[in-house]
Amino acid sequence: MARTALKAGGRFKSATSEAQVMVIKAPAGEFDLSCGGAPMVAMSATETAAPDAADTGEALIGKRYVNADESLELLCTKGGRGTLKVNCAALAIKQAKQLPSSD
Amino acid sequence: MNISTLLDMAAEAFGERTAVVCGDVRLDYATLRQRAWALAAHVRASGAQALSLLDVSSPAFPVAVFAAAYAGVPFVPLNYRLTKAELDTLLARVTPAVLVVGPPYEALAAGHAGLQVLPRAAALALPAPGAGPEVVEDPRAVAVQLFTSGTTGRPKAAILRHENLVSYILGTVEFASAEEDDAILVAVPPYHIAGISAVLSSTYACRRMVQLENFDAAAWLAAVRREHVSNAFLVPTMLARIVDAQGDAPADVPTLKAIAYGGGKMPLPTIRKAMALFPDVGFTNAYGLTETSSTVAVLGPDDHRAALASADPAVRRRLGSVGKAAAVELQIRDDIGRVLGPEQAGFIFVRGPQVAGEYKEKGSQLDAEGWFPTKDRGFLDSEGYLFLDGRADDVIVRGGENISPGEIEDVLRSHAAVADAACVALADEQWGEAVAAFVVLKPGAVARVEELQAHVKGRLRSSRVPQRIEFRDTLPYNELGKLLRRVLRQELSTAG
Repeated sequence: MARTALKAGGRFKSATSEAQVMVIKAPAGEFDLSCGGAPMVAMSATETAAPDAADTGEALIGKRYVNADESLELLCTKGGRGTLKVNCAALAIKQAKQLPSSD
Repeated sequence: MNISTLLDMAAEAFGERTAVVCGDVRLDYATLRQRAWALAAHVRASGAQALSLLDVSSPAFPVAVFAAAYAGVPFVPLNYRLTKAELDTLLARVTPAVLVVGPPYEALAAGHAGLQVLPRAAALALPAPGAGPEVVEDPRAVAVQLFTSGTTGRPKAAILRHENLVSYILGTVEFASAEEDDAILVAVPPYHIAGISAVLSSTYACRRMVQLENFDAAAWLAAVRREHVSNAFLVPTMLARIVDAQGDAPADVPTLKAIAYGGGKMPLPTIRKAMALFPDVGFTNAYGLTETSSTVAVLGPDDHRAALASADPAVRRRLGSVGKAAAVELQIRDDIGRVLGPEQAGFIFVRGPQVAGEYKEKGSQLDAEGWFPTKDRGFLDSEGYLFLDGRADDVIVRGGENISPGEIEDVLRSHAAVADAACVALADEQWGEAVAAFVVLKPGAVARVEELQAHVKGRLRSSRVPQRIEFRDTLPYNELGKLLRRVLRQELSTAG
């Protein structure tokens, strides 16, 4: 899968590991979304790819991943090996803002 | 976005952690998902367009919430305290549906075409499929439909879409943020928005839910101790009963860390006493509506303690506020839509992805910019703390002057002989509307009408003095402690 539009609620999975993500927000336009060095694929896709051996990163379940200006945000819904990248730039874990538990 | 993702994540990461405890029944998160898959498969095969629930809190409640999401139909919990006639009207609006029903309510569910009744035990014993159903990804699909309490007429069907509820959870809860030993005691029923949000929040936090079928103070305290409960949600009436039952002795509940409350006005004496009886508990006031997917403002534990300890009147009065806007924007507007500044009372509007603001029959109530009129009145202080000032519908308009019943009720309750008070509009030829008060006296206490009128006159402007005061043994509240002003207004109009 090459460049793809990302819209809130959209879900993708890694072709190289178990990792899955859901789009929380994204600007208009098309992006290269990758994990473990290979493009991420639609949830229904069956294709797999060999992981980049040099990539020792890991996507952690429940963490939110953002690009440099935080205009794009993904939620990791299933953990797996591989660094999450958008347009070849690694995404960073967004710091949690904890509200008092209200329910 | 689909709320079933919240359970998928909990089951993947902490499948062996206990999800729900009810009496002797315990389900872990992996089993909760298995049961939800099984019920979802049943719903899909039935052709039902909704999954409804007529039951107290039981493990079937979280199972049904997520089963509906997996099956792609709305979850529609019903109030089991309604009469058969009231329920029949609602059920006719839900069919064709699968109705999961608890043992005491099976007779209430009989005799409806298009309704497939499934007893609670059967709903929890369906054969589990090996894998989950394929979920249709539609963020706009309806996840939950709740009938509003209908304190002002025919119940409205409020609609919450998957995108509203998922936004609320992601905006307010960190995944797996609960400690392994944490547990929340849920005492609100499944048909209340706080019951729904407790299931979703607890699941995403991977927290154990402890269910209480029917609230009473002794059972609540016993459950806290037995299950080592760390968190609890209560409506103000419940906290008042716990405080009364406790007497003056600090409560022996070493595991309890947090109590959140909401769903009605908290009397200041009750929260002050609760903070004294539970010195190690952090209190959070959560203000929200069904139509906003639950909480939109919170007054947190630090705010409570600061208000109690401060010598500054502006900080002290925040104990009576509902705190600051949470994951939404909030505005106060006047009668013609102008945005008001601090200390100016008006109508509360909220905006954000969690705000559904929509009814099945009436459609979206959002304005062109996405703001939802809550129909609550209130004002902000200079630091953004929100103070509520009653429902817009309850305002008494006397000679063009807007009068909030709440301020008169507070003054009446401060009289030594008064246990409870409620004010409503009374039709008046001269003023359009005037103030009528219903007063409940404390046992053995005596007070004359003139004495109470003088008490109000000494503290508020003369327009606030009730023109008519009637004494009652009790005031009409619904089962969750919401005052039914409609009933009082009807009494006035039929009395002439």
